Amino acid sequence: MKTIKRIYLGLILLFLYIPIAVLIIQSFNAGESRAKWEGFSFIWYGKLFEDPNIMNALWITVSIAVLAALFSTILGTLAAIGIHAMRKRPQALMLTLNNIPMTMPDIVTGISLMLLFIFTKVERGYVTMLLAHITFDVPYVILSVMPKLQQMNKNSYEAALDLGATPMYALFHVILPEVMPGVITGAMLAFTLSLDDFTISYFTTSPLVQNLSTLIYSQARKGIKPTMNALSALMFVVLLVLLLLVNKRTDKQEQ
Amino acid sequence: MKKKTLIIALAVLAAVAVAAVVLILNRGGEKKPTGQVVNVYNWYDYMDEEVFDLFEEETGIHVNKMYFTTNEDMMVQVRVSPGAYDLVFPSDYCVERMISENMLAEINFDNVPNFSNVSKDLVNPDYDPENKYSVPFMWGTVGILYNTTMVDEPVDSWGILWDEKYADNIIMLDSIRDTMGVALKYLGYSMNTREVSELKAATDKLIEQKPLVKAYYVDETKDKMVAGEAALAVVYSGDALYAIEKNEDLAYVVPKEGSNVWIDPMVIPATAKNKENAEKLIDFLCRPDIAKKNCEYIWYSSPNAAAIELMGEDYTENATINPSEEVIANCEFFHDIPDNFLTIYNSFWSQVKNAR
Amino acid sequence: MTDFHVPVWGYWMMGLGFAAFVALLISYIHKNRGFRRPIFASPYVLWIIVFTVIPCLLVAYFSFTDPQGNFTFDNFKNFWDSNFNARKAMDPELIRQYEDMGLTLNDLGLSRDSINIDTLVFSLWMAFLCTVICLLLGYPAAHIMADREFKLGPTLVILFIVPMWMNFLLRTIAMMSLLEDNGLINSVLEMIGVGRQKLLNNLAAVQLGMVYNFLPFMVFPIYNVLNKMDYKLSEAAMDLGCDKWQTFYKVTLPLSVPGVVSGITMVFMPAVTTFYISRLLGGGKVQLFGDLIEAKFLSTSLNEWNVGSALSLIMMILILASLGLLRKVDPEGEGGGIV
Repeated sequence: MKTIKRIYLGLILLFLYIPIAVLIIQSFNAGESRAKWEGFSFIWYGKLFEDPNIMNALWITVSIAVLAALFSTILGTLAAIGIHAMRKRPQALMLTLNNIPMTMPDIVTGISLMLLFIFTKVERGYVTMLLAHITFDVPYVILSVMPKLQQMNKNSYEAALDLGATPMYALFHVILPEVMPGVITGAMLAFTLSLDDFTISYFTTSPLVQNLSTLIYSQARKGIKPTMNALSALMFVVLLVLLLLVNKRTDKQEQ
Repeated sequence: MKKKTLIIALAVLAAVAVAAVVLILNRGGEKKPTGQVVNVYNWYDYMDEEVFDLFEEETGIHVNKMYFTTNEDMMVQVRVSPGAYDLVFPSDYCVERMISENMLAEINFDNVPNFSNVSKDLVNPDYDPENKYSVPFMWGTVGILYNTTMVDEPVDSWGILWDEKYADNIIMLDSIRDTMGVALKYLGYSMNTREVSELKAATDKLIEQKPLVKAYYVDETKDKMVAGEAALAVVYSGDALYAIEKNEDLAYVVPKEGSNVWIDPMVIPATAKNKENAEKLIDFLCRPDIAKKNCEYIWYSSPNAAAIELMGEDYTENATINPSEEVIANCEFFHDIPDNFLTIYNSFWSQVKNAR
Repeated sequence: MTDFHVPVWGYWMMGLGFAAFVALLISYIHKNRGFRRPIFASPYVLWIIVFTVIPCLLVAYFSFTDPQGNFTFDNFKNFWDSNFNARKAMDPELIRQYEDMGLTLNDLGLSRDSINIDTLVFSLWMAFLCTVICLLLGYPAAHIMADREFKLGPTLVILFIVPMWMNFLLRTIAMMSLLEDNGLINSVLEMIGVGRQKLLNNLAAVQLGMVYNFLPFMVFPIYNVLNKMDYKLSEAAMDLGCDKWQTFYKVTLPLSVPGVVSGITMVFMPAVTTFYISRLLGGGKVQLFGDLIEAKFLSTSLNEWNVGSALSLIMMILILASLGLLRKVDPEGEGGGIV
């Protein structure tokens, strides 16, 4: 049974990772074409660091993803806690509103936000892109935290208050520790979505402030350069290693 | 437990600090007050960017580079961000629309003496009949790219795209005007027809063809052809050159029924803030040595007669990049379709795309 | 609207304003014993009004107006009959001319056509399939990883999300090159003697791409809930004589419903509006509703924006209504108001 379980997990992970492996292998191809293998080489990695466009876009992408994840996690966690305690009607309303950014096709969200910024005469750029990213990240945070709240004992917060805790204290010491895994999941989802978004970014920023996705999509017409594969591979490995290290440390601490 | 609160507080502080730094850096980057600039909005990798460095060296004007993904995106951005762009590279049919919507500024050709280098055939094009708003940058055709190892017969007609021998081996363009245009040309109609019955005939022809089609792609076609995934594909000549360079078995032909010839011109939006700098850049790009440099970099057909002379046989002997006059005479420019007729067009294309 | 823009200090003021609001709130929360938890949601309420409700109203405005800004229902009529606007664009005089030539609207291919509705139904079907497959694949995976005896679980669950750190377009292209006629999978198939198969440009490929993209959104919430579940409950059930399957069916499954509902929401809703996947892996031979809407917004003519807005509004209402219905069916809900 145990082996079957492991094989099953292994197969699913294989399914998720084969395309990634293909991407990484392609980044070592000496030739430019996706179709033909022309020998092993690091040239695309070299070219990567010489391209100011890419380096600039990298910085924008990562900083936006981190900031958006951070703000949306704070906003979303608080919101989830609040919504969870609401009475039925306002709760239903909030949850419906919360689902809207997920139901709207990206292009509609992107264009409607663009219109909002134009009508309010806010100059589009880094800040507007960040605001848009937070907007589409929060619903995922809320949906990650919610199930945890439902699992929690409903009365523990009130009990803490009765015992003399301030609401802040109760929030940090009673609720948060219970829902932490959901919060972390939410933060990860937010970071991921933000890293990956193209459409909404495209319409909420000015073409002077480009992130990696918009850069990659604009390359599509002439053919995406393997430098992009190289960059993705590099980012992927760095982030993965970082994550596993952090994970290992927390594991040790828990033990 | 106190520690956790502290950590969270620190994290928030750090985030605010990062935000502040980013904000300052970002605004510093946007507002470069130093000297002259020109804001260029172009396709990615559609220019040898060394050219911009040379331009800055010679004139002291700094080039801000921005890129768009499709003509449609570009139109949206130019509409909603007036003043952000000084020089834009749309496709020809978009220029016609931009002119009709008063989105473009008239170019002062006194500032563009090198315009005299442009081939006379390409002056006063259909989309800009008095040549007041645009200067051609590159041009090309639409035709069939085929793999000579899979296609034995000579390819000279669009008809081969309806041959059942090549079922599941044909790639069409996922682009309304181009693909409807192919069917219209094959049926002997104009690509710019306003006859609903002709459009209907073309639509039926495309629906009839659909079971034979492997896929409708735009950007992916060239790599697919290089990889030998299909025998025949409808492509732009620029993509054809790219693919032929990577796979010698491929060949390109403009069918005898005629096809589309397109130009990517340079235009200045009416709201441009640095119009004179944009004109200087246009002039610079029309200089024979610079036009040659660009042409050799992106390898599309050059509208610059003087540059072609400089390039010599490499250019003139290549039939894909330099099609004969008979071929060109057979081809049509796309005209912009007015909105209400475009609605009809869209309906037909939607019928093709959703035919099951 | 050219020269109006927010000055640098404007951003600072806005940021400070929001920070002050939050600080005020925090101090209020801190002091006020009788404080009720819903206040925690207030920053997001503010946010949702500005960045969701107002943009939504903009979409609604577009869907009820024509390009000149006049009120109209035509965009919705066009949803019912995808040739409606095309017929409207035709000069009545012209239609008469064609009729004189013996060509009816039907001959011209402009009679009523239900493309939009068919596409919507088809997209809902694809999203439904995708959700079911993700659930069937994801639940066991989450269950295995949440097993307390499986030490690698917490690490492995992270591996589910990591693939998404690579750009979506690059990933989908990689998937495409795997499935190509001369791709890796086909080479392997040929080697083991199965022979080359057509793997790309069909519905299965589109479905594969969708599952590939959305699976993590199913695994995560389920894992979270299972992981936090009191394992003593299932031990107790075992002690009381339940076998493995009964324990699962009677204890684990009901308790994991909140996670499942979260997962279904996170997969189904974005899946309905998927685009691009169908274009790359389906070879552009089939359109999903997301593709349809995208095409409307990326037309050179601004007219189509109104039609596109109407389409997305219809879809949004449809999905939200069906989720609302789910809540009605299951009021206290193990789903407990997640949806």
